[in-house]
Amino acid sequence: MSACETVSPLAQSPGLPKSAEGDPVFAEPWHATAFALTVHLHQKGLFTWGEWAESLSSQVKASHRAQDGSDYFEAWVEALSSLLAQKGLAEAETLLALQKSWQRAAEATPHGSPIRLENDPQRGHA
Amino acid sequence: MSHRHHHHHHHDHDHHHDNRYSDMEARVKALETVLTEKGLIDPAAIDAIVETYETKVGPRNGARVVAKAWADAAFADWLSRDATAAIASLGYTGRQGEHMRAVFNRPGVHNLVVCTLCSCYPWAVLGLPPVWYKAPAYRSRAVMDPRGVLIEFGVTLPEETAVRVWDSTAELRYLVVPERPAGTEGWSEERLADLVTRDSMIGTGLALSPEGRA
Repeated sequence: MSACETVSPLAQSPGLPKSAEGDPVFAEPWHATAFALTVHLHQKGLFTWGEWAESLSSQVKASHRAQDGSDYFEAWVEALSSLLAQKGLAEAETLLALQKSWQRAAEATPHGSPIRLENDPQRGHA
Repeated sequence: MSHRHHHHHHHDHDHHHDNRYSDMEARVKALETVLTEKGLIDPAAIDAIVETYETKVGPRNGARVVAKAWADAAFADWLSRDATAAIASLGYTGRQGEHMRAVFNRPGVHNLVVCTLCSCYPWAVLGLPPVWYKAPAYRSRAVMDPRGVLIEFGVTLPEETAVRVWDSTAELRYLVVPERPAGTEGWSEERLADLVTRDSMIGTGLALSPEGRA
């Protein structure tokens, strides 16, 4: 697969940390995954740039955010989650339940094995 | 404090909560799960997007650490004794509580880093992990068959060379210091750093030769 070199407009999201060359800078892998998920969903037309910018900006400006922007990607993930909830694509409760499930799965996975959701001891085998 | 490392595939069992996702890591996994189940995303497309950016983002800090170790024997000694402090002296620090250890390749010894569990990776020095590093296939095979994995990466080692596999944890991460290529005597650290690839610092590659750079 050839990498898509087209720069997504989401790279222009307000407040996104950038390198001197203007590329986004991620401090941890989940930042990059969250960014990629959002770019992909936007490319598929599930929301517009305007909808994204509005959701992100309301999260970034929320009063509990750090002054130094150190929790920028937490705001990013909240913005994405609430946009998906608004669109009826992912409910907040479903996300929270899955989040807890992934955490239980991680704790239940012995060192040396990949973490899989099926490893959550409380997960039903439906 | 001096501490010598003769052990091999060593793994400390006194670390706590190695198998843990933070709330945010788990939240992002949850988003991926929901969206994949609904057919709204293709995980391969997400990886491709991450890859596009990780190749642009890699801070190359690790290459400067290695180049300095090649050029400056005192720094190399410090790096071998206390990599966390030596690396921090150059201004590269990771998250709180993250310790680094540098493992040096030398004739007869090749080091390879893997995290079999959670893709622990020294982001502060190496940037984002490559997608293959996180793949279950790499994680399990690097432990069972390191030579086979190396051959797939195009690295064929002499029969007598020992391969040491280092298993990263959430609290201890490894940086491989590859061997300095021949023909680079008198080079500046800046020039040397150009020979240090990301893969050579994971151990799935060697440093480039001066000709390979031309």
